[in-house]
Amino acid sequence: MRILEFERVSYQYASEDFDIVDQLSFSVESGAFHCVIGISGCGKSTIFRMTNGLLQPKCGTIRVGGIPITQQKNYCGYMPQRDLLFPWRTIGENLALPLEIRGGFSGKEKTELVEEALADVGLAGCRDKMPQELSGGMRQRAAFARTMLTGSDLLLLDEPFSALDFLTRISMQEWLLEQWRRHKKTILFITHDVEEAVFLSSSVLVVEKTPIRSLREIPVPMGKTRTRQDLANPEIVALREGLVDMLRKQVGG
Amino acid sequence: MRRACRGNLPALAFLLGLLMLWQLGAMKVNASYILPTPVQILKKIWELRDSLLTVHLPATMSVTLIGLAVSLLLGLGLAVLMDLSPFWQKALYPVVVASQTIPTTTIAPLFVLWFGYGIWSKVLVTILITFFPITITVYDGLRSAKVEMEELLRTYGATQWQIYRKVKVPCALPYFFSAVKMAIPMSIIGAAIGEWLGAQSGLGYFSRRMMTQLDGAGVFAPIVLLSVTAMMAVGLVSLLEKRLIRWRGES
Ligand SMILES: Nc1ncnc2c1ncn2[C@@H]1O[C@H](COP(=O)(O)OP(=O)(O)OP(=O)(O)O)[C@@H](O)[C@H]1O
Ligand SMILES: [Mg+2]
Repeated sequence: MRILEFERVSYQYASEDFDIVDQLSFSVESGAFHCVIGISGCGKSTIFRMTNGLLQPKCGTIRVGGIPITQQKNYCGYMPQRDLLFPWRTIGENLALPLEIRGGFSGKEKTELVEEALADVGLAGCRDKMPQELSGGMRQRAAFARTMLTGSDLLLLDEPFSALDFLTRISMQEWLLEQWRRHKKTILFITHDVEEAVFLSSSVLVVEKTPIRSLREIPVPMGKTRTRQDLANPEIVALREGLVDMLRKQVGG
Repeated sequence: MRRACRGNLPALAFLLGLLMLWQLGAMKVNASYILPTPVQILKKIWELRDSLLTVHLPATMSVTLIGLAVSLLLGLGLAVLMDLSPFWQKALYPVVVASQTIPTTTIAPLFVLWFGYGIWSKVLVTILITFFPITITVYDGLRSAKVEMEELLRTYGATQWQIYRKVKVPCALPYFFSAVKMAIPMSIIGAAIGEWLGAQSGLGYFSRRMMTQLDGAGVFAPIVLLSVTAMMAVGLVSLLEKRLIRWRGES
């Protein structure tokens, strides 16, 4: 089943004289994990921001679960480039935000859902801490838990790990794959990092040029359960080099 | 509490030193009608405690409180209006800033002419002095809310009102407290200036009357009382702030 469909979608920033996204069509199968890669400024975040409704396309239709997004609310969980935990709320209160907005939960239900989500991301016992007291990796996990609590099946993660150090980052990648396998969500994940993209995705969506007219889908020949050793596989190494070349050509030209 | 006292120890010691210098200097000059000693001032406060505390302090405080309350309402209202509407921001911001360049003390006598010796001319002086810092500070606070946070809530399906309550208000709260702490002493000064210019009661009025009688200690007594009151009020607000705000500024 297709969970997300773009049908001839265009977008133009008011300050620019061309459509940065131009008649773009693509679709995403339910339960997939796609990384979107492309050079900086190519319009990746723009695609996400149209999907979550923050930007209105100039023309075209975006459907989630078969229904145009203009006719629904709270259909996707969006995690922006920075973790954006509210510094005046405890971790628990931060996680409760999407529940407060959705409404209809009793205080007890909220506490239970939050506790459950925290335990799920390995932050049990951090409920009453302030975000400032957590490390970068823990904050990202809290932000991810908050995104999960939107209750949506489609998650849009915009470079969630780009600010983390290398070791934290690779452990977060393994952690995220595990979360995805367990919760059966559909994840779109923006990254600059080719290795990250290959390690995480069932197939990589490459933005080959701006204006964006299509996304090139490149399948990754690895199973759902994978380890970092698999990255040394010659087939995977070749795939990675191919992607790097594809991106470098754009930066050069 | 004890830690707070220890933190203030250097300040207290310094203040005590200054007071001692003053005491010695004033005793040497020996002209209490222009330079009374701190001890003389304290004595005066004690002698006049009845009329100071039951007549003049309440008079000044009611001007201060009414002025402050009106300033807060006005300031918050204007700040929210400017934050919500670019048109009103453009229309009001320059006017609010300009209002601050009015030399309040020089036009205050006019207020007395217009509104008489009653309470309202003083309230007006107070408002004119305090509503500006409140408006601008709270407006800055509302502006300090990060657009990304508002957007995040919007993707959760939040309404404009929910966004205001959950992002804007918490962001503006520390600014609001700064504004109140700034406005309290200013409003007291405003009230005293108003009374100095024309009134029938109040600490400003009292101070002026003592001036005409060349009673140095009598001039200072209400001033000391005003400062102490201002300090206590600011202390109280700080306490409330510590209770309510667990974070401050950038993280
Ligand atoms: N509000 C805006 N107004 C005008 N132009 C914008 C605006 N936001 C982004 N752009 C332009 O659109 C282009 C794409 O922006 P976008 O944020 O989608 O890029 P990106 O692929 O996410 O980049 P990065 O990887 O650096 O995050 C950029 O070149 C940028 O200059
Ligand atoms: Mg981006």
